[in-house]
Amino acid sequence: MTALTKYLRWDTAVGILLIAVFLAGSGTTEGFANTDNLSAALGDVSEIALIALPMTLLVVAGQVDLSVASMLGLSSALAGSLWQAGFAFELIVPLCLLAGAVGGLLNGWLVTRVGLPSLAVTIGTLTLYRGLASVILGDEAVADFPETYARYAAYTETVPGTFVPYPVALFAVLAVGTAIALHCTGFGRSLFAIGAQEDAAWFAGIRVKRLKLVLFVVSGLVASFAGIVYTLRYGSARADNGLGLELVVIASVLLGGVDFDGGKGTLGGAVAGVLLIGLLTNLLTLNDISNEIQVIVTGLLLVASVLTPRLIAVLAERRHRRKAAEESVPVSAAI
Amino acid sequence: MTPTSLSQPRTRRRAVAASAALCALTLAVTGCSGTTKDSVKDDGPAKAADAKANPDAPLKKGLKIAFLPKQINNPYEKIVDDAGIAAAADIGSTGKEVGPSTANASSQVSYINTLIQQKQDAILIAANDPNAVCGPLKQAMKQNIKVVAYDSDTAKDCRQLFINQASSEEIGRSQVRNIAKQLGNKGEIAILSATQNATNQNTWIKFMKDELTKPAYKDMKLVKVAYGDDDDQKSFQETQGLLKAYPNLKGIISPTTVGIAAAARYIGDSSYKGKVVLNGLGTPNQMRKYIENGTLEQFSLWNPKELGYLGTYAAAALASGQITGAEGEKFKAGDLGEYTVGKDGEIILGPPTVFDEKNIGDFDF
Repeated sequence: MTALTKYLRWDTAVGILLIAVFLAGSGTTEGFANTDNLSAALGDVSEIALIALPMTLLVVAGQVDLSVASMLGLSSALAGSLWQAGFAFELIVPLCLLAGAVGGLLNGWLVTRVGLPSLAVTIGTLTLYRGLASVILGDEAVADFPETYARYAAYTETVPGTFVPYPVALFAVLAVGTAIALHCTGFGRSLFAIGAQEDAAWFAGIRVKRLKLVLFVVSGLVASFAGIVYTLRYGSARADNGLGLELVVIASVLLGGVDFDGGKGTLGGAVAGVLLIGLLTNLLTLNDISNEIQVIVTGLLLVASVLTPRLIAVLAERRHRRKAAEESVPVSAAI
Repeated sequence: MTPTSLSQPRTRRRAVAASAALCALTLAVTGCSGTTKDSVKDDGPAKAADAKANPDAPLKKGLKIAFLPKQINNPYEKIVDDAGIAAAADIGSTGKEVGPSTANASSQVSYINTLIQQKQDAILIAANDPNAVCGPLKQAMKQNIKVVAYDSDTAKDCRQLFINQASSEEIGRSQVRNIAKQLGNKGEIAILSATQNATNQNTWIKFMKDELTKPAYKDMKLVKVAYGDDDDQKSFQETQGLLKAYPNLKGIISPTTVGIAAAARYIGDSSYKGKVVLNGLGTPNQMRKYIENGTLEQFSLWNPKELGYLGTYAAAALASGQITGAEGEKFKAGDLGEYTVGKDGEIILGPPTVFDEKNIGDFDF
């Protein structure tokens, strides 16, 4: 059983799948493994990757934040209207981040103080934040952001000597930090405890509400930052930016083996999930596979990611029972 | 589990307040000397005008031409792209259509990147957002891939040509001309538009109003512009409202496919049939039965097949070096004849096609 759980863990499987997709792609598809394409493919998941980090922490703690993509749009709309009004970009960024933190605080407050489930709360704020974004910017699209910053967000500009776009490099640094926080600190253990059994965690002295509140604030903050990256990367601030992105983020995290019920998962798995979806989409597009089929492939992978760990658990349980039964026979015979 | 620092709430709060104040101060300072809209200087378009056009160059064979519509399942774009793909086959090249399933601002970007990797010769794009697609399109042009916008333009320096289905002015003015002819230049008319802030609709309406100021239309009066929000039910009710509120109304112009169909449905089933003239922009398949049962005599729209056809020829002319996208260059577009590149690389397909009882049978879209 230990061998099974050790080697057949889903998150490792996703990592292996990621490498397999990469190798298969470079072997079969012209234009896949060159650095330009990899920059573009990585750049395309910039925002998803960034938001996936706090999302992993939330899901581990048994929570979810569906309002992230709307927060991204709100941040983008805010940046657009402030830029139009002549504000300095250096001032727009902190203001957007502030909006993100306030949005996250509202989510967290409704979840922890009013005691509503995060799914319900963030479905509500998903609509609310997107609505605010539309009120702020309407149907307009604001462009002409300063090149000084835009070049760092666009996939064309990469970290010197590599093909890694700046937002992805930033993501890599943050991912290491988040992985340490989740897997090597008391904070991380508390999140797993909350996700596994919230009451027990509370009785064990974990400040459940405070931690959850912090997670939602961080989630809002990162989403609004992703909104700025998105705006600069595409050079276009719009209220509908990132529409539907929350589902891709959550799908990537779940694909990476993080349990939606909370208490289980690794950050490495989530990162592998994000990269797998990004690379797979790129590879399928290069091969002219239609969008509908791409969605089906992603869907099947998702179902597999939810089913396989359960299947492994059931198999392990059966084997365990059989072993226990075999061992118990002579004992009962002796009596 | 609890960090020890949390046991001193007062100092912590002070620290937070202090750092917040510090933050605000830095912001105020940087804000004054930072990057604002006015301080950003224009880089200027990096247009490759160095290439020379050779109008006598033969049309290249075996070109790879890709259509990137706003959204892949949109029936209108499908007609345009299919016609373009067929035209590509006619000239010995291959055409294909790829694209996102949702018409998002940024959803086209990853497709442009992959089209670059596939080394297409030309990309035809109906942009969802004029700026969001700019970076990768410039990247494509750098790698000598020709970029032609159609249906919906990108920013001017991100493509070489823009194929406009019809000029906004021509659409607006022809709407008034058509209905005026039907009414004998007399009577009250109303407009049933889409949403109040639809850019194209408002541009057309502006030209309609301008056309109406001409002396020939002194006996015609625009009494109201109603908005059906491109919603069938709302457009239906707005039509009903217009006819109730203005008993002397002689005609309705509905320059939107949803609006004209809803108005035709209402008028066709009411006592106004045959008394109120309806005209506007619609598609033949949608309006066929109303033409046949006499609810309206005619309506117009540009021909989407010709749009795709012209797009392919323009892209092939670019890729063959016949044109570069500069004003005044001419090229031949098969059955459609010769076209001239206008200002800012714009090519206008032509005046809208008028559909009536006589020719509607020739169209299926």
